[in-house]
Amino acid sequence: MSDRKLRVMVAKPGLDGHDRGARVLARCFRDAGYEVIYTGCHQTPEQIVSAVIQEDVDLLGLSCLSGAHRYLYPAVTKLMKDKGIDDVTVIGGGIIPEQDFQLMYDAGLKAIFVPGTTLDSIITWINTNVKPRN
Amino acid sequence: MYFAKEVLESSSKMRQKWEDEVKKLVSKWPDQKPDAQWSTVSDLPIKRLYTPDDIKDMDFARDISYPGQYPYTRGNQVTGYRGKYWTFRMFSGMGDAATTNARWHMLLKEGQTGLSTAFDFPTLMGYDTDSPKARGECGKCGVAIDTLEDFLVLTKGVPLDKITTSMTINPPATALWAMYCAAAEIQGIPLTKIGGTIQNDMLKEFIAQKTLMCPPDPSVKLISDTVEFGTLKVPKWNTISISGYHIREAGATAVQELAFTLRDGMEYVEDVLRRKKLDVDAFAPRLSFFFNSHIDFFEEICKMRAARRIWAKAMTERYKSKDERSWWMRFHTQTAGCSLTAQQPYNNVVRTATEALAAVLGGTQSLHTNSLDEVWCLPSDFAVQIALRTQQLIAEETGAANTIDPLAGSYFVEALTNEMETQAWEYIHKIDDMGGMVAAIEKGFPQLEISDAAYKFQRQIDSAEKIMVGVNKYVSTEKESIPFLEIDDKIETEQIARLQAVRRKRDGKAAKKCLDDLKAACKKGDNVMPYCIEAVKALCSVQEICDVYREVYGEYRDPGLY
Repeated sequence: MSDRKLRVMVAKPGLDGHDRGARVLARCFRDAGYEVIYTGCHQTPEQIVSAVIQEDVDLLGLSCLSGAHRYLYPAVTKLMKDKGIDDVTVIGGGIIPEQDFQLMYDAGLKAIFVPGTTLDSIITWINTNVKPRN
Repeated sequence: MYFAKEVLESSSKMRQKWEDEVKKLVSKWPDQKPDAQWSTVSDLPIKRLYTPDDIKDMDFARDISYPGQYPYTRGNQVTGYRGKYWTFRMFSGMGDAATTNARWHMLLKEGQTGLSTAFDFPTLMGYDTDSPKARGECGKCGVAIDTLEDFLVLTKGVPLDKITTSMTINPPATALWAMYCAAAEIQGIPLTKIGGTIQNDMLKEFIAQKTLMCPPDPSVKLISDTVEFGTLKVPKWNTISISGYHIREAGATAVQELAFTLRDGMEYVEDVLRRKKLDVDAFAPRLSFFFNSHIDFFEEICKMRAARRIWAKAMTERYKSKDERSWWMRFHTQTAGCSLTAQQPYNNVVRTATEALAAVLGGTQSLHTNSLDEVWCLPSDFAVQIALRTQQLIAEETGAANTIDPLAGSYFVEALTNEMETQAWEYIHKIDDMGGMVAAIEKGFPQLEISDAAYKFQRQIDSAEKIMVGVNKYVSTEKESIPFLEIDDKIETEQIARLQAVRRKRDGKAAKKCLDDLKAACKKGDNVMPYCIEAVKALCSVQEICDVYREVYGEYRDPGLY
């Protein structure tokens, strides 16, 4: 395992502009010592996946609060799979009703964080489950 | 406020006695938390007690005055709510136009007195439902509108000369307002008779809400076009709703919301004065505002009182306005979505009621109350009815509307109003020094101030320094389940089919000519509104109109500041 910092991308797929959670998380990741790339709002799945490749990140966090996660999160993971990316952990947050969790896990997301989650619990999850890739 | 010397002297003595007693008691039974944590939700420190000392420098006539009299601290309305309650205006939109039209008629039947439209994200961003960028979003966060045909379904059976409608629409505001004007024409109603509001406030989009299209300068130009068109042709329309709501939801403090919103308002006034041949008093009376009512009861009331005073001062001192209608800061209020919790959702009814009461005591002209399920989804019929009833109950049962500005003269309320005004002016002057709000936005100033506040608040929640019931205190292990309103994914397919049918049946040449004319007007710098109205009548879509703007003015992308 390398000693380099974890590289984390926070991405906002789709047209949703609710970015408070994404901005707060990006800061929190920076304070936790990760290298952070925040895409800003309104990214297409294609833009996100090419940024993942270009920035060589270890973790991708998707945020969507508009209800379009049902289409957008699987679209991102499918594109990643098509491009042969299988070692980047993908997590998601936002307004994700419980009945959609299975759909998200089936799409390859490793964890889902919903309103009320503390920042520390997200950091703990990442530190336990994601390591910088060699 | 003037107090006789004897009053202040005896107050001072009594105060000394009280302070000694406090000290004694606190040493035995310490306060539950340190002094600094007895603060508003925005972290403004609050004292244990307020006394005549806190308002002794106020001048009644200068600072408080009477309702309908400068500086309007006590409200614009001379008769308060006795002549008319605030407008019960529930923000609603879901799925397709027919579904939303049904919800509107349900709300009107239940006693709603004004309409307010929530559009879905493709409409908000100026994309048609069949754009690849719109995939998965149709009807999810509001109603999908692509062409005038959808709009006519949306407004079916709504008497546009009798009911006012607010439309939360920003970059494509010209297109949607044009549809409203065209719909009125089809109903046989002249433009001089229709009333309503378009949000049409792009500055707060760059700052907070992030429905983005063109860069700041042309965005503001389009807004000045609507102000000019409204002033000359649609005199009962509020052409901007200068909004603090989204600034607050993005994490701002109450003072930031107050300062950034009012400074945005000043920026629009200055832009119209610079670009258009209009006197300030020709258009300023139709500028309207929109605030958040968050959970900290007194902070919200004081924010609204301070806002009226700041605006009245700005209009008279900065812009030399002579017409008192320009000095009135008229505003809509929405309770705070970000104060609601996904956990124990029924508690949200209580939060919303408290926030709505604050808005009424703050003197709002119009109010939306959030539904208990809005953390999870668009509101169900059941939830929206409780939310509407909350307003009706405040109006009809609580007595809050009996008397005007009942908290005036309170040592605390007046002192906090003053404090918030002072802090807001500090921000306003800082932004003046940067060269105005567009310049400040380009520097990322308001965006980063808000991010600081949002991050700090989240840390305070995580450490339980600030409490959200059901989230970090009084957590319950049992899950309350509520019914969810789901928007069927098949709505997207149906909406795309409708849009494509319109494209097939319309006169393609006429539509193209309208878009060419609009483009020429944009390039020449003419007012776009007359061209937009022609374009929507020729069944040009929202995206086709917005693509013209993108082509002529360029596209703006979220810089992703955090």
